[in-house]
Amino acid sequence: MLKKRHLLGIRELEAEEISLILHQALSLKEIMERDIKKVPTLRGKAVVNLFYEPSTRTRNSFELAAKYLSADTINFSASGSSVQKGETLKDTAKTLEMMAIDAIVIRHQSAGAAEFLARHVRVPVINAGDGTHEHPTQALLDMLTVLVKKGTLSGLKVAIVGDILHSRVARSNIFGFTKMGSKVYVAGPGTLIPAEVERLGAVLAKGVEDAVRDADVVMPLRIQLERQKKAMFPTPGEYFKFYGIDEEKLRLAKEDALLLHPGPVNRGIELSSAAMDGPQSLINEQVKNGVAVRMAVLYMLIGGERN
Amino acid sequence: MKVLLKGARVLDPSRGLDGILDVLIDGERITLIGEDIKAEDAKVIDLSGLLVVPGLVDMHVHLRDPGLEYKEDIESGAKSAAAGGFTAIACMPNTVPPVDNAAMVSYIASKAERVGLSRVFPIGCISKGREGRELAEMGEMAMAGAVAFSDDGNCVSDASLMRRALMYAGDFGKVVIDHCEDPTLSAGGVMNEGYVSTLLGLPGIPRSAEEVMVARDVILAKETGAPVHIAHVSTKGSVEIIRRAKAEGIPVTCEVAPHHLVLTEDAVMGYNTNAKVNPPLRTEEDVEALIEGLKDGTIDAIVSDHAPHSMDEKDVEFDKAAFGISGLETSLGLVLTFLVGAGKLSLEEVVEKMSANPARILKIEGGALKEGALADITVIDLKKKWAVESAKFFSKGKNTPFEGWELKGKAVMTMVGGRIVYSEKQY
Repeated sequence: MLKKRHLLGIRELEAEEISLILHQALSLKEIMERDIKKVPTLRGKAVVNLFYEPSTRTRNSFELAAKYLSADTINFSASGSSVQKGETLKDTAKTLEMMAIDAIVIRHQSAGAAEFLARHVRVPVINAGDGTHEHPTQALLDMLTVLVKKGTLSGLKVAIVGDILHSRVARSNIFGFTKMGSKVYVAGPGTLIPAEVERLGAVLAKGVEDAVRDADVVMPLRIQLERQKKAMFPTPGEYFKFYGIDEEKLRLAKEDALLLHPGPVNRGIELSSAAMDGPQSLINEQVKNGVAVRMAVLYMLIGGERN
Repeated sequence: MKVLLKGARVLDPSRGLDGILDVLIDGERITLIGEDIKAEDAKVIDLSGLLVVPGLVDMHVHLRDPGLEYKEDIESGAKSAAAGGFTAIACMPNTVPPVDNAAMVSYIASKAERVGLSRVFPIGCISKGREGRELAEMGEMAMAGAVAFSDDGNCVSDASLMRRALMYAGDFGKVVIDHCEDPTLSAGGVMNEGYVSTLLGLPGIPRSAEEVMVARDVILAKETGAPVHIAHVSTKGSVEIIRRAKAEGIPVTCEVAPHHLVLTEDAVMGYNTNAKVNPPLRTEEDVEALIEGLKDGTIDAIVSDHAPHSMDEKDVEFDKAAFGISGLETSLGLVLTFLVGAGKLSLEEVVEKMSANPARILKIEGGALKEGALADITVIDLKKKWAVESAKFFSKGKNTPFEGWELKGKAVMTMVGGRIVYSEKQY
């Protein structure tokens, strides 16, 4: 079982805990294949999706995960709520907690918001993405996707390409794949590589080709134009030419390399349509695995026994 | 009324004074320093085992008054200063409204006088409204008692305005203090850019944001010949630029804050908003360079950069939290424990950097123990062990990253103009 009551980031998980979650997810994934997609595991539990940033897939994924396990869910989004009236995160959380909820899933634009929340509430907090810090369930679903296809997470070369600086997905995946025994290479424009990135455990590749060459997993990141306060590269066209993943760059990777993307994709900027829709792409598989890992996390934090 | 301070170790490095001596005070001034003074009409205060130094001067504090009194006001700030061992403080003009005219300077000076604790010297704005566009009325403010000019909190990013400010303030014999931060480089940043910002996913403030402005100011001071004082130096690069400038004879002085001498960016781990400060906490390499700068005279003064905030402004998401540390009541203890106690700085150097040098830079009376001088005196118990407890701060700002830290050495009595304004014992 998990050692901490919250899931705030991959960095604080041990390899055995990641393994446990992934295997739990594999067994719960079977529920999604059933005719009646519901088990009573979390009946009588209530989960709040507290979303301060727009999100469709992550929120839907958490909501369905909770519902397949029979938990009740409410969705609280910042727009059209007390947040717009100036309520602080601390006060919002306290209010929700008084409604006898069992867990809070939070998506927030501030790095550290999940950890902040965890300091102020007693129920488990699940980080669904905090600013440019971590997005642990995304990394878990990426690892599950690779595990299912490759049978292992050990000894693989994983290339993460693009906006590493603003990417919580990159951070969580660097921590996760490294803990599980893979080697993570990062590449992207110099303006989008964070300071001392190698101290996170990644290898800073000399270029995209260097990162992708002989890789087992290639993961272009979404170019988050909304997070860039200043232009970090001249034009999307130039970005695609030098850093975008197309079939030609993908051919540098191993023949059976997997292509992952956290979505939503900017077609023709970080990833070509041909590559995205090609045989190596697991983007749809990732979505399905997302529900499974979220079921596992909810189950392990609010349903299962904990040390 | 006469007061006789008996039996303390009296230390004034500016005059080479160091010994077990008595200090006789008549009214607001010192009348005699010597061995075994007899004065039958004086009230005798026995300070055996304690250290008497010239009153400490903190040339960089924020009192938040007027406009932000929920954070601090002149009375709570002056009490905090007295408790921290400071007989004089200079307060920054980033109040609401800012101190950019003579009436505002007079308000602070007169309120501080009414409070009657530590001396409070107002610093006026460089620019009208602290907007960095037009020069404020520095002459009028100087007449009303402003001791220096600064847009602290903001850097004067317009180089032409900075150049004119240096030349104009020089006419009135006042120094310009610059908060060096290129806003185009620091924009959006909330901590040092480096490993910890990468780990936590927080936007970083690169060292270059400070250093390009330090270099610019040095060049302007050289060209104009007018003095510039660099506020809260935080990087190794800044120390190197200032060291070279001083060697060239350029009129530049600078200061450092205790938190930059004892903490690194690691203090931010866990999204600790009490360690969110501007300029940000840097790395071990910078800390070492700052201490080296203090030792070789590159850095002239130690200041608290006392920046009190309410809990509501700190108990929030890290990027939304206010920058700043409430520092008046921990400054001396930190310096004595981590610099003097660790053998990195001598007691004499500390007294120079916390008293004589800031007094000289601001051209205010103080920083010396001698016959005829103001009886502004700090009494220190070097052996006293104490723990930082923000709940007991006199300051309204409880925002400290040093909560619970065990320190050794503390001001136990503060005397301003012969009057005891703070004392841990009843005399």
